[in-house]
Amino acid sequence: MTVSTKEQAARPHGRVLILGIGNILWADEGFGVRVVEYLAARHHFPAPAELMDGGTQGLYLLPQLEGLDGLVIVDAIDFGLPPGTVHTVRGADVPSTIGARKMSLHQTGFQEVLALLDLRGHAPRKVALIGVQPVNMQDYGGGLTPPVAARVPEVAAAVLAMLAEDYDIHPIPRAPDATQDGAGLMTAAVSRTAYENGRPTEAEACRYGDPRVLTRMRG
Amino acid sequence: MTTTQTPNGFSLDNGGRRIVVDPITRIEGHMRVEVNVDEHNVIRNAVSTGTMWRGLEVILKGRDPRDAWAFVERICGVCTGCHALASVRAVEDALDIRIPTNAFLIRQIMEKVLAWHDHVVHFYHLHALDWVNPVNALKADPRATSALQQAVSPNHPKSSPGYFRDVQNRLKKFVESGQLGIFRNGYWDNSAYLLPPEADLMAVTHYLEALDFQKEIVKVHTILGGKNPHPNYMVGGVPCAINIDGDMAAGAPLNMERLNFIKLKLQEAFEFSQNVYVPDVIAIGSYYKNWLYGGGLSASNLMDYGDCPTVQGDPSTNRFPGGVILGGNWDEIHPIDPRDPEQVQEFVTHSWYEYGAGREDIGLHPWDGVTDPHYALGANAKGTRTNILAVDEAAKYSWVKAPRWRGNACEVGPLARYILAYSKGVPYVKAQVDDALGRFNTLAGTSLTPREALPTTIGRTLARALEGHYCAQQMLDDYDALIANIAAGDLATANVSKWDPATWPKEAKGVGIVAAPRGGLGHWIKIRDGRIENYQCVVPSTWNGGPRDAKGNIGAFEASLLGTPMSNPEQPVEILRTLHSFDPCMACATHVMAPDGDELARVTIR
Repeated sequence: MTVSTKEQAARPHGRVLILGIGNILWADEGFGVRVVEYLAARHHFPAPAELMDGGTQGLYLLPQLEGLDGLVIVDAIDFGLPPGTVHTVRGADVPSTIGARKMSLHQTGFQEVLALLDLRGHAPRKVALIGVQPVNMQDYGGGLTPPVAARVPEVAAAVLAMLAEDYDIHPIPRAPDATQDGAGLMTAAVSRTAYENGRPTEAEACRYGDPRVLTRMRG
Repeated sequence: MTTTQTPNGFSLDNGGRRIVVDPITRIEGHMRVEVNVDEHNVIRNAVSTGTMWRGLEVILKGRDPRDAWAFVERICGVCTGCHALASVRAVEDALDIRIPTNAFLIRQIMEKVLAWHDHVVHFYHLHALDWVNPVNALKADPRATSALQQAVSPNHPKSSPGYFRDVQNRLKKFVESGQLGIFRNGYWDNSAYLLPPEADLMAVTHYLEALDFQKEIVKVHTILGGKNPHPNYMVGGVPCAINIDGDMAAGAPLNMERLNFIKLKLQEAFEFSQNVYVPDVIAIGSYYKNWLYGGGLSASNLMDYGDCPTVQGDPSTNRFPGGVILGGNWDEIHPIDPRDPEQVQEFVTHSWYEYGAGREDIGLHPWDGVTDPHYALGANAKGTRTNILAVDEAAKYSWVKAPRWRGNACEVGPLARYILAYSKGVPYVKAQVDDALGRFNTLAGTSLTPREALPTTIGRTLARALEGHYCAQQMLDDYDALIANIAAGDLATANVSKWDPATWPKEAKGVGIVAAPRGGLGHWIKIRDGRIENYQCVVPSTWNGGPRDAKGNIGAFEASLLGTPMSNPEQPVEILRTLHSFDPCMACATHVMAPDGDELARVTIR
């Protein structure tokens, strides 16, 4: 994947946040979090760059997102692409809406968080979203599916390329530290290795979820 | 058409038109409601369906009990802290671990920061739009808004006509820019919206103030949890160290500068509740004085476990006393014991699970809970397994189980806690409720008693606002206790004497209770050989949103909708209004980016 627009690279003054979002308990939905975990294990990110495991925190992320120079979001995306496809959007193409018919606060998606930043005049100067179309998000308790797991190094490289090109930021490579599970970003128990190795067997876990939802995903 | 009488006193009629409100979009399926309306568009039957499997219990089996909090913290993005807290409490209960006083107080503050934040964000960001019409706010005369503001909350400093004019212009610009379609999807032409434009502008302005402040209060969580956005918890205490004179070098310990910052934020939260949130709910509610629907089960059965003691391990000091009220008898409060196998039980007669042959209609206490999925539609369901047009409520129809207290369906949440505390005569709560109702009655020209006003949709919303205010007061009290304890020389924040599983018994079981924002939350754990053998979460929305039980008793969501007239069944404002008043949290799902994120609720009439 290449960065499509050649913007003038200028070292920013404010923070540049690389934010992985998603729910690690829902298989490929954890993609964004696993990419930042992968990056944190292999690179040191000097200021003003920062890595964050945003989970599904929605509005709780607002204080971290105000007045950024750059925001690079990594997430599972539903753009109707073939499963496993990596897709990048920038600027106004990153979806942001505020909906009023939500049934629950849990429907405060990240799109709304972006809209609220804008409404209050604190939107990031530059925003991009690098995502992958999931294969399966209904394997509750599951890890990334092989096609999506295979995209982790590729998307991590795309993040690094974007940092270099857009912000002239060059994280420093380091040897992966096997002793620090979760790479300091998250509690070791829910790091990718520990989480996936401790998952229940197919026989124990309901791996089919809500068939209505599954069908929609496959459709 | 069939009319049935439920054992818990409700009349159901599944004739007339069936209306389906299904907020499923793409993969965000949580909850769906089907109602039957009669020829006058009055709701006569309601069916609440949780549309997603959530098998956290299965994921946790075999894991280290000390790690469970980190998994349950990921259940969703809103309730993180309360699940983590319930989890560490359950493990500590099982292993008989007493945490240091500082840890006890810090957790108390974190628990209530979360409750306060949740209540404020829920009201302004989600629920207010059921009552407030932001489009109408553009028509307001800012001078009228200023006069209204000074009348309902004279102590709020932001009340000048110029201030409201600025907000109105900002809003106008935002709406005109069109790129965001602010508040899109609302039913803004519906006659169910009753506020005058000046009140709409006041509420929208406070929505923005709430967003400004909510990020400040989250900082308290970050400091005490050591980390944002997923605060750390630990079995045995809290993971933050106290070093009162220290700088922030060694792992950012809690020092005086940070404690002062926390106190400032807690005071600001108290003032926001006092000057903005509570007056707003009273003022908005007064315009809806004739809309006293939505009480449902809250007029009869209410439950809370009790929480927020001032002395660790002494439930008699609970600031939310808890208990159970049955049959609307506020004079008798039944004590509740989450350990008693006869009290809290979950039924799956109408849930997509099975307990095994011959056990279909029994209730299981959470320690013996079973989470075996069994997805099957009833004979009278319409549609297919993958596209349900209408469920058959005579059969299994939800992924949510049906919890009961001694067989009784009960409503949980701030309203339950408030009616219980009011009935028990908790002085702070009694003063709050009487004062708020007095102000409501003055503005509305009514003379409603607590018994008339509280068990309603508006009462539920008011109780949440008052609880936020009380939580802020409790946090200030907890803060003072924390400072006094530290000043007395106690710097301990963790008890690690039983950290090593070698010190544990071969088998142990425990329960962790939290007064979560949506109601009483319980986690039940069984530990064997140092590993999790069984884990069950009975969450507040299970109590409120669960399906019918073996005897046909309906739960709180279903009961609350009965008898409500709809102004236009194709625009279910009234349904959303009442369900939102519970702050529902069904399966906790996903936040996926999609280009067309606007279809959030689909309404179908059959």
